[in-house]
Amino acid sequence: MLDPTKQQSALIDIRSVSRSFPKGSGEDLLVLDKVDLTIRAGEIVGLLGRSGSGKSTLLRIIAGLIAPSSGNATCRGQTIQGPPNGVAMVFQSFALFPWLTVLQNVELGLEALGIDAAERRKRAIAAIDLIGLDGFESAYPKELSGGMRQRVGFARALVVHPDLLLMDEPFSALDVLTAETLRTDLVDLWIDGRLPIKSVLMVTHNIEEAVLMCDRVLVFSSNPGRVAAEYKIDLPHPRNRLDPVFRQLVDTLYERMTQRPIKPPTMENIQANAGVGLVLDHVSSNVLSGLIETLAAEPYNGHADLPVLAGQLQLEADEILHLGESLQLLHFAQFKDGDLVLTDAGKRFANLETDARKKVFAEHLVAYVPVMGLIKRVLDERPSHTAPAARFRNELEDYMSEEYADETLKTIVSWGRYAELFSYDEQSETFSLENPGVDEGHG
Amino acid sequence: MTLQDLRIAVLTRAPRPNVWDLVALILVIGAMVLIVYGGEQTTLPLSALETAPVSLDPVHLPVYALRTTLRMLLAIVCSTVFTFIYAAVAAKSRRAEMVLIPLLDILQSVPILGFLTFTVVFFLNLFPGRVLGAELACVFAIFTSQAWNMTFSMYQSMRNVPKDLDEASKSFHLSGWQRFWRLDVPFAMPGLIWNAMMSMSGGWFFVVASEAITVGNTTVTLPGVGSYVATAIEKRDLAAIGYAILTMLLVIIAYDQFLFRPIVAWADKFRFEQTASGDAPTSWMLDLFRRTRALRSLTLPFATLNRAFSNLNIVWPKSFRLPAATVAGPPSRVIDALWFAIVGISTGYAAYKAYVYLSASLQPSDIYVALSDGLITLLRVVVLIALATLIWVPIGVWIGLRPKLAERVQPLAQFLAAFPANLAFPVFVFIIVRYGLNSNIWLSPLMILGTQWYILFNVIAGASAFPSDLREAASSLHLEGWRWWIKVILPGIFPYYITGAITASGGSWNASIVAEVASWGDTHLSATGLGAYIARATEAGDFPRVVLGIAIMCVLVTLFNRLFWRPLYAFGERRLRLG
Repeated sequence: MLDPTKQQSALIDIRSVSRSFPKGSGEDLLVLDKVDLTIRAGEIVGLLGRSGSGKSTLLRIIAGLIAPSSGNATCRGQTIQGPPNGVAMVFQSFALFPWLTVLQNVELGLEALGIDAAERRKRAIAAIDLIGLDGFESAYPKELSGGMRQRVGFARALVVHPDLLLMDEPFSALDVLTAETLRTDLVDLWIDGRLPIKSVLMVTHNIEEAVLMCDRVLVFSSNPGRVAAEYKIDLPHPRNRLDPVFRQLVDTLYERMTQRPIKPPTMENIQANAGVGLVLDHVSSNVLSGLIETLAAEPYNGHADLPVLAGQLQLEADEILHLGESLQLLHFAQFKDGDLVLTDAGKRFANLETDARKKVFAEHLVAYVPVMGLIKRVLDERPSHTAPAARFRNELEDYMSEEYADETLKTIVSWGRYAELFSYDEQSETFSLENPGVDEGHG
Repeated sequence: MTLQDLRIAVLTRAPRPNVWDLVALILVIGAMVLIVYGGEQTTLPLSALETAPVSLDPVHLPVYALRTTLRMLLAIVCSTVFTFIYAAVAAKSRRAEMVLIPLLDILQSVPILGFLTFTVVFFLNLFPGRVLGAELACVFAIFTSQAWNMTFSMYQSMRNVPKDLDEASKSFHLSGWQRFWRLDVPFAMPGLIWNAMMSMSGGWFFVVASEAITVGNTTVTLPGVGSYVATAIEKRDLAAIGYAILTMLLVIIAYDQFLFRPIVAWADKFRFEQTASGDAPTSWMLDLFRRTRALRSLTLPFATLNRAFSNLNIVWPKSFRLPAATVAGPPSRVIDALWFAIVGISTGYAAYKAYVYLSASLQPSDIYVALSDGLITLLRVVVLIALATLIWVPIGVWIGLRPKLAERVQPLAQFLAAFPANLAFPVFVFIIVRYGLNSNIWLSPLMILGTQWYILFNVIAGASAFPSDLREAASSLHLEGWRWWIKVILPGIFPYYITGAITASGGSWNASIVAEVASWGDTHLSATGLGAYIARATEAGDFPRVVLGIAIMCVLVTLFNRLFWRPLYAFGERRLRLG
């Protein structure tokens, strides 16, 4: 695989590519900021990042499904305009046509290329055999398990003999065991040189997966998406997850992903860099309470190693980071060198009863989540003590896309209700101070 | 449609014929002969209809039924072709969409028999002296009862194609044409078939109504079940009406068993779900064809042909393509302005023409008359829907909560919805005449005779789907009596009920044109209402008043839908949809 002559030619060349999407308020939201990337023959490259880091956008730019707003994206020297030849894609959701059998799904890409029936059949059968689907040719996707469906996805991509295989979180919709089998099968085929492809580019938010499979990992930072770091992984295949070097790499990547590239999120500057425009991802207050309790209890006693914690809770790196960030935002915990550490407030919270917890939660919301403070102030000031959600939605949309504004508003409502800061009427979309919980009768 | 899916299994089997082949072969050849025979009749000169008038001898009924059925078939084929083209254009072109979709919305509220008034004259002039012209007018009337909601369904499906499949088809370089047949059409299939079935149900009503029609001086009586009934009414032959009802019953059952069941069972694979659901629809017809050996290898050329067809190298004109991989830049303002100008000028011209035509023969008082008639019909529709609701909701809930019973009643309710109620009108009219009842009141129930079943079978469906854990929770909380109805079951079936009530209400408006006027021999009954207004104007060939009546009905139906049904539907979907 590591044939030096092959490494010369760049399969994909991305030069300072940016991409922005229209935002609610009319300005554009930058999701990908001046990214450079080169993919050569013979390597598996991983794009690792949180959701919203633009890694999927970059993959779709390479797939020719999205055009860059600026910068230059080329495939074998040709500017990418529409899906380039010799690039095939595997989807997170499998994207199989439910009305076509396994064989027909696999043949689909060949049909589009105008390959004649006999050749088509031969290549499709070969791809099906290679990926371990023999016997399932005439089955419909809905008859298959998730793992088998994704195998069809792989066969469909491989059958066109692409130079570059793009994979968009291909294992994240599968259960743990199935995903592991599929990963090792794929790596085995790759190192045996039996895959009819030259390179692989995969998007993932699973750190261990990236270390297990990739020769090179690019860590993306979020908002806007940039390449924060690049790691070469020289470990020989098959890799052992328990190998200390492997563990060390995983720890390093965790640490890297909890860092902010410009302003590391410490207690002091969190308000400074996050005003009303802070995007709040919805996390249930139950989950937050549960996490605080887990952190406070044995064996962590307020201090947890992220990979260990993720392993125990069976969460992906992305999810645990997401939860940790919410705790950090609320000053109940903070990230420290790839660990999650409870603050004193967090430790206190763990030992409180429900009503007392709500009170502390409310105090922290008003103090540390600027938009919560804003809503509370507006409701207090208005004589009617009510305010339409549109008033805050507009303000949010000055900073973020409609989608994020919706998500943020949903979080605000859910947290505010739990903390009994205000009530919210879904039908009229109004916030009010009116005795939350009593309006059920006439609502 | 894709027969190719049968292909792989075919290759693995020996093509030795079996007994199922024989049965299937006879069915196929029989169908071909019948179609050819029926088709030959349509090329006869129009005078042939006069020399061989519709006979009330029940011996002729099978042939009449065949003619009626062929009209239905032809209409559904036309509707499907229309659907594919219209929906594809509307879904792929933003500018066309702006005009086509509102147009469709209005067309949907035009009373179907209203179309007939105009098209009879048009088609007769197109093929002067041939039966074909009259046949086409009839087929067109059925077409208008089917095409609109099929097109809507297809359009909505095309706009909601899952993003990952859309990306996959782009990523694998499917051309626009390939994508249409491989992604858009299959994805739209379940909705399309369901709507086609619903349309079919309505279609029987209109085929019967349009076979015997008088527009001014032109009277057309096409041989069919509908004209058989019309003749029976003229001759006051109650027995003949009984035969006609029986024939129609058999025809609808045959249609369901031979055509729709197989299609529904076959189309099950197009349902977009990733997990296999419990019970798939079955059809003995489809099973029969799937069991055949030689016949299936005969489908091989078709499969190849189909594959070749869907792989044809046809590319959409550039303006029809969705903006694919480009930065979605602002669409050209110049072309937009030009497009708006064209639409505006044509609309203005049409409005001017309509005004000139109508103002020549209509007074403002005509509008007043039509409008007040319209309000009377509106009142009828509202009262009838309310009555049907009071009767069928409790019964539907009672049936729906008993799965065994529901399983038996549901097909019956669906069958009754498909049965053309106008065949049964004479029975009611006979009673009204016999006992001298007030036609303003007693003709009204005819409007809802055929459409009330939509309420029943939707409520049954809703009650059957009501989660058993919620029922158990309600009974463990001792929710009983009116509280159980208000808090538990009525909200639970609400979205289903609304769907049924919308269909029933639309159908009632349509039916008013044939229900508000009725005759039995020489006795003519008429109720005051917009339906009777349009029917009278049609018979007199008074086109300005037909146009006025239809326009008023269109406006009333559209307003009623927008201001009453749609908000209720939206509320039901948002707050009361379970799961």
